[in-house]
Amino acid sequence: MEHTLTSAHTGEHPRPEKNYLNETTGIWSWMSTLDHKRIGVMYLVGILTAFMIGGTFALLVRLALLNPQHTLFGKVWVTAEMYNRFFTLHGVVMVFLFIIPSIPGSLTNVILPLMLGAKDVAFPRLNLMSFYLWVVGAIMGVTSMIVGAVDTGWTFYTPYSTSTDGTVSLMVMAAFVLGFSSILTGLNFIATVHKLRAPGMGWFDMPLFVWGMYSTAVIQILATPVLAITLVLLAIERSFGIGIFDARLGGDPVLFQHFFWFYSHPAVYIMILPGMAIISELIPTFCRKTMFGYRAIAYSSVSLALVSFIVWGHHMFVAGQSQLANVVFSALTFLVAIPSGVKVFNWLSTMYKGNISFETPMVYALSFLFLFAIGGLTGIFFATLSVDIHLTDTYFVVAHFHYVMMGSTVIAFFGGLHYWWPKITGRMYNEFWGRLGAVLVFIGFNMTFGSQFIMGSQGMPRRYFNYLDQFQPIHAFSTYGSWVLGVAFLITAINLLASLKTGALAPPNPWGGTTMEWMTDSPPIMHNFHDQPVLEREPYDYRPKRVTHV
Amino acid sequence: MEWLRAWMLPPQGSEFAKEIDFVYMGIFWLSVVLFFGIVIPMSYFAWRYRFVPGRVTPHQTHNTTLEVLWSVLPLLLCVGLFFWGLVGYLKYIVAPGEAMEIQVTAQKWQWAFEYPDGTRSLNEVHVPVNKPVRFVMTSVDVLHDFYVPDMRVKMDVIPNRYTQIWFTPTVTGEKVSTCAEYCGKGHSDMRAKVFVDTQADYDKWMATGGTEYTQYPPEEWGKIQWERKGCQTCHNIDGTRSKGPSWKGIFGKMEKLNNGSTVLVDENYLRESMLQPNAKVVDGFEAIMPTFQGLLRQNEMDGLIAFIKSLQ
Repeated sequence: MEHTLTSAHTGEHPRPEKNYLNETTGIWSWMSTLDHKRIGVMYLVGILTAFMIGGTFALLVRLALLNPQHTLFGKVWVTAEMYNRFFTLHGVVMVFLFIIPSIPGSLTNVILPLMLGAKDVAFPRLNLMSFYLWVVGAIMGVTSMIVGAVDTGWTFYTPYSTSTDGTVSLMVMAAFVLGFSSILTGLNFIATVHKLRAPGMGWFDMPLFVWGMYSTAVIQILATPVLAITLVLLAIERSFGIGIFDARLGGDPVLFQHFFWFYSHPAVYIMILPGMAIISELIPTFCRKTMFGYRAIAYSSVSLALVSFIVWGHHMFVAGQSQLANVVFSALTFLVAIPSGVKVFNWLSTMYKGNISFETPMVYALSFLFLFAIGGLTGIFFATLSVDIHLTDTYFVVAHFHYVMMGSTVIAFFGGLHYWWPKITGRMYNEFWGRLGAVLVFIGFNMTFGSQFIMGSQGMPRRYFNYLDQFQPIHAFSTYGSWVLGVAFLITAINLLASLKTGALAPPNPWGGTTMEWMTDSPPIMHNFHDQPVLEREPYDYRPKRVTHV
Repeated sequence: MEWLRAWMLPPQGSEFAKEIDFVYMGIFWLSVVLFFGIVIPMSYFAWRYRFVPGRVTPHQTHNTTLEVLWSVLPLLLCVGLFFWGLVGYLKYIVAPGEAMEIQVTAQKWQWAFEYPDGTRSLNEVHVPVNKPVRFVMTSVDVLHDFYVPDMRVKMDVIPNRYTQIWFTPTVTGEKVSTCAEYCGKGHSDMRAKVFVDTQADYDKWMATGGTEYTQYPPEEWGKIQWERKGCQTCHNIDGTRSKGPSWKGIFGKMEKLNNGSTVLVDENYLRESMLQPNAKVVDGFEAIMPTFQGLLRQNEMDGLIAFIKSLQ
């Protein structure tokens, strides 16, 4: 696969003894590091811990719904109050602590500067600060869980959130702090992409992953402040009784929903764009073929980022906003379909006449295409006004957004994690267990959430502790699926962790990738590259190597 | 394909439901076609172009015709779908002028209905078949949502504001309405029965709604009220603790209150607890019970007290 490498330096160095992982040692050398790779690794540990906590709550939610009597071995083990906390904590942890910081904080932090041929991100100190803000936010969030728990749902809808007991204010301030972490990360990436590209790398020579993350960063810095403002207003209302959203105090509860979704709809794209960005790397690499429609994919990332700001009202078709607004938001929402479709068609066309192998990342990528197709198509039901009336606030919504958030983003994240694992750790994971994990995630996921489409269209509302007996078989099936998912992630975790000890040493470019992160050692040295890399060929160029200077 | 529709969607209780289902099934089949349009090529390419060592792939960077085509065609499709959805939505928001009006007041965790003539009912509403009926709704606490799956209608119920939905039921029988906006502990139990009656049954219910009790002994009538008025959401009768105290063995007991005093549970305390529930709250419980002032007929209250007495 050497023919795919474009740097004269690649592979010519023996594996150096010192790399970014062992250049300096001791806890303090990590805690005070300004190296984007180390910060990325710390993020990775953090967000995977959050994923485990959020996943545990998810398993508890599913277990609570196993049967309508809520029994386990013949005993009632869970109450409505507990259930409400489970699903709230599942949502809050997964959204604010895991999925929003996941790909930007961990994989992108490590890979983006490498892809640009840069030594680091533009503002290394800011990068460390954004990680510590995440840590502070995480501590606040976990504290609020331990001292009192929250039962508002991750959406914090007023006036329930201003009137319920529990540590809502602390949880809300945790989300506030986490928002700043996200803003600073976004800011950093934008500056990095603008200023630190390798000599010769124009905008359309950047890997598509960079385009996706750039678009994400734009949303992060434009939308997140609105969340911050909203959450502050909510905390002020709770603490001082100033009427902003509470009708009894002269406020407007629907206003909260507007503010909330003005952030949280774009946030959906903070979650999915990085997933799409990863897939745009995996597919050309494992098809060994140039990306079909590079510019279309780049533009579709940017246009998704822009469209994401003008469709928030589709969360509120039955929430009491004006009917004209509903009609306008329905029309605008359909626009989302176009760039999403463009990406899918381009990925498919890239596979056409490729030379396709099925290492674990590619298994995840195919799984992504399958699940994102379902997640995207079921979105049409909600954009269509009259059908939305019946389906909104049911399990159909739960299934739909899990197909996008988990079936697409989380699957892409794990694909990316396996793809860049050799680069980050310098070790190869075991391919058999990696593939098995990927296949089991796919099966477990479809069992858990595919079944929920049926419950939803049959009229089962979401966030329900008690349910009509007619839904029991489907609920049970969904719960069994969650167990398969749990086992699948366990296998994946063990496989990755085991590779740190027993994995083969990774070559600089194990997959035959064409982007710059593969032009340095695995793991890279502290300063990333031995010499300043220069862009000589466009990304994803798999034509046989021309004679270049060596 | 009626079996497929019947499997995925609830029974059709109105003409509107049939229209919505038609659109739903339309999008469903469109999605199936598009889904296989993606997955079949994907699987075929994955198999047909599987890895062969050393094979060189063609350098295909783009194809303008193809890319314009797969941008414009979906756009046209989306425009069509938008209008298809709009047609149904316009029907959903405009109630016929002659529609009967029922006022709905939602609170944690019950539905109160009030008819034009002042008749009230709780967690149970009767409507005549084939006549449009409009629900004008408001909430006294948090957000709720009135959702009748069989009618395919749903609308949030908001404090300090009125929202509305309407439907014309075409099939008689008992339907269910559920709360579809999260509202706390009792959210999933916040159900109301929607009875679609023939005109004759409806007239009878309106006229004799208060005389049904003559068919039952007081304790049994009380038990029916326990189920119907939503008491069972918070009060168990088997001695286990729920959101409120269990009724088993409570009558004649001295109860400790949250203000430190004690009270004898007798007929008058029970009556007060139904009408002004938060006046004397038993220690260890939250003051969350809504008032039943104007929602319980005298015979229903008598029945409940008799029922509680019988639980020894």
